[in-house]
Amino acid sequence: MSESNPAPSLYAAREPIFPRRVSGKFRNLKWIIMAITLGIYYVTPWIRWDRGPSLPDQAVLLDMANRRFYFFWVEIWPHEFYFVAGLLIMAGLGLFLFTSALGRVWCGYACPQTVWTDLFILVERWIEGDRNARLRLHRQKKLDFRKARLRLTKWTVWLLIGLATGGAWIFYFADAPTLLRDLVTLNAHPIAYTTMAVLTFTTFLFGGFAREQICIYACPWPRIQAAMMDEDTLTVGYREWRGEPRGKGKRTEDSELGDCIDCMACVNVCPVGIDIRDGQQLECITCALCIDACDDMMEKIGKPRGLIDYMALKDEQAERAGQPPKNVWKHIFRPRTIMYTGLWSLVGFALLFALFIRSDIDLTVAPVRNPTFVTLSDGSIRNTYDVRLRNKHGEDRRFRLSVVGDPTMRIELEGTPYESVVVPADTAQLQRVYIVTPKDAAPSQAASTDVRIWVEDLGNGERAYKDTTFNGRGN
Amino acid sequence: MSKKSEIKKGDPETTGHSWDGIEEFNNPLPRWWLWTFYLTIIWGIGYTIAYPAWPLINSATAGVMGWSTRANVAAAIAEVEEANAPINARLEAAELSAISSDAELNSYAVSAGAAVFKTWCAQCHGSGAAGAKGYPNLLDDDWLWGGSMEEIHQTVTAGIRNTENDDARYSEMPAFGRDELLEAEQIDQVVNYVMSLSGEPRDASKVSEGAVVYADNCASCHAEDGTGDRTQGAPNLTDAIWLYGGDYADISETVTNSRFGVMPPWNTRLTEAEIRAVSAYVHQLGGGE
Repeated sequence: MSESNPAPSLYAAREPIFPRRVSGKFRNLKWIIMAITLGIYYVTPWIRWDRGPSLPDQAVLLDMANRRFYFFWVEIWPHEFYFVAGLLIMAGLGLFLFTSALGRVWCGYACPQTVWTDLFILVERWIEGDRNARLRLHRQKKLDFRKARLRLTKWTVWLLIGLATGGAWIFYFADAPTLLRDLVTLNAHPIAYTTMAVLTFTTFLFGGFAREQICIYACPWPRIQAAMMDEDTLTVGYREWRGEPRGKGKRTEDSELGDCIDCMACVNVCPVGIDIRDGQQLECITCALCIDACDDMMEKIGKPRGLIDYMALKDEQAERAGQPPKNVWKHIFRPRTIMYTGLWSLVGFALLFALFIRSDIDLTVAPVRNPTFVTLSDGSIRNTYDVRLRNKHGEDRRFRLSVVGDPTMRIELEGTPYESVVVPADTAQLQRVYIVTPKDAAPSQAASTDVRIWVEDLGNGERAYKDTTFNGRGN
Repeated sequence: MSKKSEIKKGDPETTGHSWDGIEEFNNPLPRWWLWTFYLTIIWGIGYTIAYPAWPLINSATAGVMGWSTRANVAAAIAEVEEANAPINARLEAAELSAISSDAELNSYAVSAGAAVFKTWCAQCHGSGAAGAKGYPNLLDDDWLWGGSMEEIHQTVTAGIRNTENDDARYSEMPAFGRDELLEAEQIDQVVNYVMSLSGEPRDASKVSEGAVVYADNCASCHAEDGTGDRTQGAPNLTDAIWLYGGDYADISETVTNSRFGVMPPWNTRLTEAEIRAVSAYVHQLGGGE
C-alpha cells in the first residue's frame, strides 16, 4: 500500500439488521423448536413430583442449601456429582455429533441466543412492522410521538420477556410456588432479585441489541465447530454453478444468466446480515431461513427449488462436474459421526448402569492413617475408620456394621456399646469405627490385612460393603 | 459485514501496513467492543477509589467503602462467637459426665474441641493425638492420671508437674542411679523384673532378685503388682504401653535418671468452654473412661 492512503478505521459500528419475515418449512420447524424449548424452560420448575413428607415435591430442583439435586425419580448427592459431569460430557459429544453431521444446527435452531433473538424479532415485527417499515423507522431521524411510542412499547415487551426469563431461572433453585409468593410479596432473598435483575438485563441486551454480535464476537463455539466440520457435513450453501452469473430480467433461450435473479430475498431474511451466495462464512448460524426465502422465489419464477440448500461440500463439487449428489444418509453415516455416536452411547450406558446399580444404602470408609494403628494396654491392635453412612430414605434407619477379614477381628463403634447405629432420614452420618485384634493374632503381627466392612439395614436386610485394610505391628 | 464479499470485489481493505510485501487485512473490531474496553477502564478507576488499592509506604489507600479483609475476618469471628455464645454457656453449665449423652452439645463440643486440640495440643500430642516418646498417646486405653471426663478436664485445666498452677498434679520419680539410691547391679535386676511384668525379661535369672529390689523401692508408687497408681501418675508397668519405651535400655535409663513429664496449665489461655470442649474431644478419641 502506498504511504499516501489514509489509515482505515480499526473499529466499525454495528450495521443494523432488519430481517424480513419469511415462511417455509424451516421457519415452521424453528417455530416448533422455539415453542418446545421455551415450554420446557418455563414449565419444568412447576412440575410436581411426590417424594414423601420430608423431601421437596418439585420434579427438577437444584437445592444448593441442602446440597441435593432432584430430577424426577433421581436424587443426586454431592458425592455423585459425576452424573452431572457425565451428562455434560454427553452434551459435548452430542454437540460434536450434530455439528459433524449437520453443521451449526445447534446455533441455528436450539441455542438460547438464537431462540430468544427470534422471539425478540417476532415482537419487533408485531410492534414496528416488517423489514421495510422498520428500516423506515430507523432512518427517520426525528423522534416523533409514533416512533417514541413504538420504541417504548417494544422495549417494554422485551423487558417483560427478560423478566420472565430471569424469573423462570431462579425457580430451578427453590420451591417454585413458595418463591413466587415470596417474590410478589417482596420477601424473597436478595440473591433471587439480583439474579432476576441480571438475567433480565442480559436477556434484554443480548436478545434486543447485541444479537448476532454475541455469536460473532463473544461465543467460542463457532470457532470450535470448524474442527468438527468436513466436506461431508450438510450445511447451508448456495449452488453457485446453477445460480451464476446472476442477473435480473427474463431468461431467454440464449441467455447466459443463471437461476439467481439477484432478488436479495436471501440477504433480506438473514438474521446475521450476510449474503450466503458468498460461500460459507463464520457469521452464518445455518438457520436456513435463506433456503425458505429462495425456494419461495424459485417457485414463483418456475425454477426448481434448492438454489440455496442444505448440501455437503463434496456434493457441490460433484454437481459442478455433472454428477448426481450422494444420498443424504450417506453423508450423515460416516466413520466420524458413527464414532461420536458410539462415544455418546458409551457414556450414556455407563451412566445408566451407574444409576441402576446405585443402592439406597451407601457408605464410604476412610481409614485413619494418623496414626496407622493404636496399641492397647493388653497389647491388642486397634485400627480406626471414619465411616460415612448415607441414608437416602425418607425415614430413620438402623444400620448394623460388621467386619469380614479375619475371625479374630472385633468391631466397635465409638459412642455406643452396640454394633448398630441409627442414621436419621435423608442424611449422611459420620461414625467412627474401630477394628480390634488380639495381641498375638495374625493381623496384629502382619503389615496389613484386607478387610471388608459391611453395613446392613436391620429393617429390610439391604446390605452394602467397602473394602479397606487393617494395619498391624508389621506396618 | 462480510469479509469475503469485500475480497471478491478485488479491493480488500488493508491496514496499510506492509512488511516485505506482506499486507494485513483490516478486520475492524466492533466499536461497542472499544467502548466496553473504555468502560472497564472507568470501572477500574472507580474500583481503586472504592476499594483499597494504591500502595503507600507502610500501607495502601483505604478506599472510600472502608472494606478490609482483616475487618471482615474479625467481624466473621465475632459473629461466630456470638452465635456460639448460648451453646458455650450450656457447655460451661453442663455436668461434665453428662455432655456425651446430650447429642447436640456433644457434637458441638467434639467439633470445637478438635479445633482447640489442633491449635494448642497437637504440638506435643501430635495432630492425630497419637503422642510421641514422652508425650502420652491419647487414643489408647491407658491413662496416667485417669481417663474420665472429670480427670481429663482437671489435667487440661491445671496441667501436670508445673509450678504455674497450684492445682497441677505433681509427682516425682527418684533418679535411682544418678542419686546413688541403687547399685548398678540392682538396677539391672529391677529392670529385668519390670520387663518380666509385661513380657520377656532380658535375663530371666535376675528376675527374682529384681522382685526384691522392686518391693523395696518401687512398689510404694507402682503398686505391689506393678499396676501403678493414678493418684500419683505412676504408670502401669504390666501393660503393653510404654511412654518412654519398653526395651532394656529405655527402662534402664528411666530407673537411672528418672523421668519428669510436664504439661502446662491451660486455664490461663483457654476459656472454660474451650477446656471442656477439648476434654470432650480427647474423651471420645477411643480411650475415654
